[in-house]
Amino acid sequence: MDFIGGKLLQVVIALAIFAAIIGIIMLVVDRAPKSVKDKVTVAGFLAPAAILMLVGLVYPAVRTSMLAFTDASGNGNGFDNFVWMFTQPEALTTLRNTVIWTVLVPLLSTSFGLAYAVFIDKARGEKVLKSLVFMPMAISFVGAGIIWKLVYDYRGPGLEQTGVINFLRDAVGLDPKQFLLDAPENTIFLIVVMVWIQTGFAMVILSAAIKGVPVELIEAARLDGANAWQQFRNVTVPGIRGALVVVLTTITIATLKVFDIVRTMTAGNYDTSVVANEMYTQAFRAGEPGRGAALALILFLMVLPIVVYNARVLRKQREIH
Amino acid sequence: MTATPAPKEASKAATRQRPGSDPTEDAQPMMRRVKTKLTSKWATAAAIIIAVVWSVPTFGLFVTSFRPAAKQVGPRSNGWWNAFVDWDFTFKNYADVLTPAGSQSANLSQYFVNSIAIVIPVTIFVLVLASMAAYVFAWGKFKGRDALFIFVFALQIIPLQMALIPLLQFFTQTLHLPAGSYAQLWIAHTMFGLPLGIFLLHNFISEIPGEVIEAARVDGAGHSTIFWRIILPLSVPALASLAIFQFLWVWNDLLVALVFSGGTADVAPITQRLAEISGTRGARDYLNPAAAFVSIIIPLLVFFGLQRYFVRGLLSGGLKG
Repeated sequence: MDFIGGKLLQVVIALAIFAAIIGIIMLVVDRAPKSVKDKVTVAGFLAPAAILMLVGLVYPAVRTSMLAFTDASGNGNGFDNFVWMFTQPEALTTLRNTVIWTVLVPLLSTSFGLAYAVFIDKARGEKVLKSLVFMPMAISFVGAGIIWKLVYDYRGPGLEQTGVINFLRDAVGLDPKQFLLDAPENTIFLIVVMVWIQTGFAMVILSAAIKGVPVELIEAARLDGANAWQQFRNVTVPGIRGALVVVLTTITIATLKVFDIVRTMTAGNYDTSVVANEMYTQAFRAGEPGRGAALALILFLMVLPIVVYNARVLRKQREIH
Repeated sequence: MTATPAPKEASKAATRQRPGSDPTEDAQPMMRRVKTKLTSKWATAAAIIIAVVWSVPTFGLFVTSFRPAAKQVGPRSNGWWNAFVDWDFTFKNYADVLTPAGSQSANLSQYFVNSIAIVIPVTIFVLVLASMAAYVFAWGKFKGRDALFIFVFALQIIPLQMALIPLLQFFTQTLHLPAGSYAQLWIAHTMFGLPLGIFLLHNFISEIPGEVIEAARVDGAGHSTIFWRIILPLSVPALASLAIFQFLWVWNDLLVALVFSGGTADVAPITQRLAEISGTRGARDYLNPAAAFVSIIIPLLVFFGLQRYFVRGLLSGGLKG
């Protein structure tokens, strides 16, 4: 266990340096002459985060955009990388898969999450039921990959099945299936894993929002003779519209960036790759940073409409304030 | 959460659900409402089915991790559910993945320590820097404040994939950060965590009553005093929930680790090791479930231990639509 000492020391030194930097900032802010005190405060409080975000996000985003127009040896090659992306069959499959992911995952996770939140609202043992579905959120994509490989496990026909699903197929007389190998439906089986992870997130947020819908409204609808479905459609859903937007947006963005599930379960083979995984493969494995950057740029362009929409909503909220 | 009836309802639900407390005690009026509400048996059945389907994969992993090698792979292997019929459990898998035995070893304890050494400083860095920036965005006065805040919000949607290549070059070529040290990971994770951190904390901090801050200022308190003595203590619920989020993200991350860690046992986190050993199909496959469980145990503990804050923190941010 002697390896722990050195590591602990690194951590302690890092924290000490950090504390010193923050201490100096606070000192400067407090000692600043009155005339510029407010400006110094704003600058001092904002500077560390601003510098880190500029260096870590803004500058790289600009650089990557430029890199997208260069070839493997760094020379400009115009739109070649994009031509490659939209003509190569493999790259096209990657794009197609990404679209399938971004449509299905948010839709399914939100529907399951919403249904579950409604079903268990005010039920006995609500907390336990919530924990069970929320638990996958705490598990890494890598861990989830291993869990689901176990679920999808395959043995040849006639052998005893070790995967739950093939065991059940066996029990009802169906042949075992190689869930991760057979394209195109293997993409769906990977999507199942992401839905499994994200449903809990949707459920927790929507459940909280449902509890915020005024009881009087539901009561009134009930007195008017609305049945459960009508109450849900006409009172609950409008009441939680804001939360629904947040959930759909967050899951869509998370899905676009998804990388680890594909990486650990199929490594993108058997026609299952998505843009985020292909980007990693091209940039860090195939020695094609230009192509990787082009894929990253496409990813950004796919996310952009969602950003614009959310920034608009945000701006409206701030105007109301 | 600005609506007046909502917090009351939510806090009521929270007290009702606190673990250990008797759920029936103050649930009497609640129960009456449940009876009047249209709860169908089908809804309950559907909820239970979802809960079971969601929990079985993880439970299967848990059981598998204790099964001897011969039962997991090879001719005598069978599904994990057989473990209950033919009672056969062992701790050997865990002993094997945790101890360094030979070059083939998973050697997870080293990587486990790495994960802790990565995640703790990052969480502290993000919390301090994000709350400083959030404070200025909420209570500082400067030109272009709102526009800048929207810009920061938009930054959270730059895919990490876009930032990786330039940032890696920047770290190694400009800053000369040593490869194979924690520094690159700490800084990269902090950069990527800031936009969402600032956004979530800002929502909370901007709702602290202005009179509190005004009163302190009249008493002669400067910005740094107000920040450390008033803002931070009042923001504990939001800080706690962001801390949990940040902890889970960094602990579960694979992408940033793959790019910045160098992959050695000195630095790489447990997710990376897990991805490596699960990617190679081989004679030691039977160790994967135990390895996966080692990697998810800390996030599960964090999650179950702190989920009260989790939900409360989620409620305070981003739900105002």
